[in-house]
Amino acid sequence: MDPMAAIRETFFQECEEQLAELEAGLILMESGAAEAETVNAVFRAVHSIKGGAGIFALDALVRFAHVFETALDQVRSGTLATGPGVMNLLLRAADVLADLVRAARDNGAVDETRTAALVVEFTQISNLGHEPPPPPKSQPAAAAPVPAWQISFTPTPPLYAKANETALLLRELRRLGPIEVTVDTTNLPELSEMDPEGAYLTWNITLEADCAEQAIRNVFEFVEDDCHLEITAATPAEPSLKPGDVITGDNGFSFEFFPPPVFDEEEPLAPPEPEHHEPPPAPVAKQSPVEVMAAKAESAAAVSATIRVDLDRVDRMIDLVGELVINEAMLSQRVLEAGIARASGVAMALEELEHLTREIQDSVMAIRAQPVRSVFQRMPRLVREVAAQTGKQARLVTEGEGTEVDKTVIERIADPLTHMIRNAIDHGLESPEKRLAAGKPAEGLVRLTALHRSGRIVLEVSDDGAGINRARVKEKAIENGLISPDAALTDDEIDNLIFLPGFSTASTVSDISGRGVGMDVVRQSVAALGGRISISSRPGHGSTFTLSLPLTLAVLDGMVISARGHTLIIPLGAIVETLKPKAADVFPLDGEINVIRLRGGYVPMVDVAASLGYSDEFVEPDQSVALLVEGEGGVRAVLLADAIHGQRQVVIKSLEANYRAVPGIAAATVMGDGRVALILDVDAVVKTTRSELSRPEPSVLEAH
Amino acid sequence: MGQSTNSDASVRELIAFRVGRQEFCINVMAVREIRGWTVATALPRSPRYVRGVINLRGAVLPIVELAVRLGLPSNEPSARNVIIVVQIAHQQIGLLVDAVSDILTAKDSNIQPTPDVSSDLVKTFVKGLLPVDGRMISLISLDHVLPQGEMEAA
Repeated sequence: MDPMAAIRETFFQECEEQLAELEAGLILMESGAAEAETVNAVFRAVHSIKGGAGIFALDALVRFAHVFETALDQVRSGTLATGPGVMNLLLRAADVLADLVRAARDNGAVDETRTAALVVEFTQISNLGHEPPPPPKSQPAAAAPVPAWQISFTPTPPLYAKANETALLLRELRRLGPIEVTVDTTNLPELSEMDPEGAYLTWNITLEADCAEQAIRNVFEFVEDDCHLEITAATPAEPSLKPGDVITGDNGFSFEFFPPPVFDEEEPLAPPEPEHHEPPPAPVAKQSPVEVMAAKAESAAAVSATIRVDLDRVDRMIDLVGELVINEAMLSQRVLEAGIARASGVAMALEELEHLTREIQDSVMAIRAQPVRSVFQRMPRLVREVAAQTGKQARLVTEGEGTEVDKTVIERIADPLTHMIRNAIDHGLESPEKRLAAGKPAEGLVRLTALHRSGRIVLEVSDDGAGINRARVKEKAIENGLISPDAALTDDEIDNLIFLPGFSTASTVSDISGRGVGMDVVRQSVAALGGRISISSRPGHGSTFTLSLPLTLAVLDGMVISARGHTLIIPLGAIVETLKPKAADVFPLDGEINVIRLRGGYVPMVDVAASLGYSDEFVEPDQSVALLVEGEGGVRAVLLADAIHGQRQVVIKSLEANYRAVPGIAAATVMGDGRVALILDVDAVVKTTRSELSRPEPSVLEAH
Repeated sequence: MGQSTNSDASVRELIAFRVGRQEFCINVMAVREIRGWTVATALPRSPRYVRGVINLRGAVLPIVELAVRLGLPSNEPSARNVIIVVQIAHQQIGLLVDAVSDILTAKDSNIQPTPDVSSDLVKTFVKGLLPVDGRMISLISLDHVLPQGEMEAA
């Protein structure tokens, strides 16, 4: 890759981070929980994107980011009140900015009209939010500190007409160093002659700051055509002053410089209080104002100090640690076999090694763990867009964004979550009128929560909508031939019907969630991750979808079984229950397939060893153990094996890396004795039975 | 026995091993390591010559029983058998052989062409014959140990 392309890639990676920060900050601001630093972070995010985009000459992006940044600056300075209208605009602007960034990255196109419309809105809103600047009170200099710069600033009427405010400029200037401002009112006419839109005042500013003239000019950058600005270095020969320096004046008092109060937004024009002070034994603050700013920015960044590491390196490390765990287990076994006493030094040292190994494994796994925040952050935008499309009012509340889960899982939960949230708004929430009629607030609430529960991550999407219309669901299921009309189903069973393939609850197909894919797709993609999804619903109070996923895809919880002397692992996520079949419950369906009666339904049986070709003989059902498993789309089968050896967490190893995919086998793993064991591909095994069956499997609707 | 690597391209080092009553050799550059026989985990629905997979420091390594692959009678492997781990393109494969017999240095001119016989197996694998002290060692190519066609068919 050529170096420029690499830098460009880094820029876009950083953009994604900035966009995430932007979105997070805006959400905070919207909820009213924002601090001054939040607004600054939001501003910085847009500013950084603008800066980077400038380097790569991404003009469209720069132009929009500039407008956005200007508005945010007004918010930051307090000129623009962050009412719901403004927040909505800012959030939409963040969406457009994200689109522009992605379009720039992929050389794609964006909806120009949307961008242009937002720019117009920004212009209007910044004019509305602006009030004529109150004439700042003159502040006579309390003392005569040694000035560094003398600035004379005389605005002309266009400056005010363009919604600029001198107070803001002065405050900006104060960031460079302590300022003394005097107002020259000599040009102020009598009240009767005064033009309300005129400009009559001149500010004389004394800035004590060790900065270049350009830094001062930058403050006035956006107004330089609309004012008379004179900047003179008043005492160029004087050594520059830093906060903490103490000056003793001719008249005998001493004066100490303090760093300017950078984030004091309350009284923008309060003069820096000169303090009479004995020289302190130790200087209070030796930082220059710029350093203070930098330190502030750094402390914000330090909260999430990160390094970028190539994922391959981490994966390699995880592989090696997996090896270490296996080797350690093998060593333990060998020591045991050698008949060394448990109390011996060797055995004890080995035990210590075991603890250490597990700890290393956990820490390495934690490297890949990431908070679900990155996925959650995409959801507010989705909620806004879907709500707008459906004409509903929805508010998203997220909890547990800090919950960590393996990167591989994070990448794959976004789609199911997107679908579930769409579904919650489109099908779950009622229209504002209906909600009001039902005595609920017009704005619907969608809650997205993440938490850890017993070694898994549980994601919940709940809405306070109408809940599942069970009569309608049942009717639809009968209509589609999914259940027989006389089937007696519990409420829970009816709710779970929506996960069946080809089921859509919406009576009219909308373009939000009814695109021919239903909750069965969500269920499938969740199942592919080794997870499960369920729903609970209360009529009139809303529905909750619960998604339970493994924390990582690198390890798997499995049941160790043996079939004709072969050790196999069955993923725990697929196992519904284990049972001991009775010969009386087994019926032949044809020469090959037997079914077992299970709580009133018939489930086909699969002999694991026979299905993998390990054996031609079928095991006698009453001589075996049976596992009820559920494959893709909720298809069930009973697997027969010789014995169950217990549950175990295994590290997943690819068979394809050195060999090829094997039908019926999902992957391999290495057991404690160093031997390879194969992980059964439950879906494939269940499917082979299914394709051999002449009619649709009736157990689909067996109790969930 | 072994000699230091010669930069002359026409000279190559070969590793010779016994399979049944025959001797074969492969380029030593393809060999990653040689290890003792460990019990392999059988793979379902695999060709007869794939004995299964073993754990090679965390990687899953398929074991090809070279005798069966070359159309020779199969022997139940014992602790005396060895596995030659070879690199073929991006994959590592274990070749189950009876024993490693020699490391040879051969010039291209020493290698005699394979006589034209009708056997497909010979055509596929044997790239030349090498006479050493009255023995005949077949130089085999590893490209087709796990045939491409079969891999795609999987």
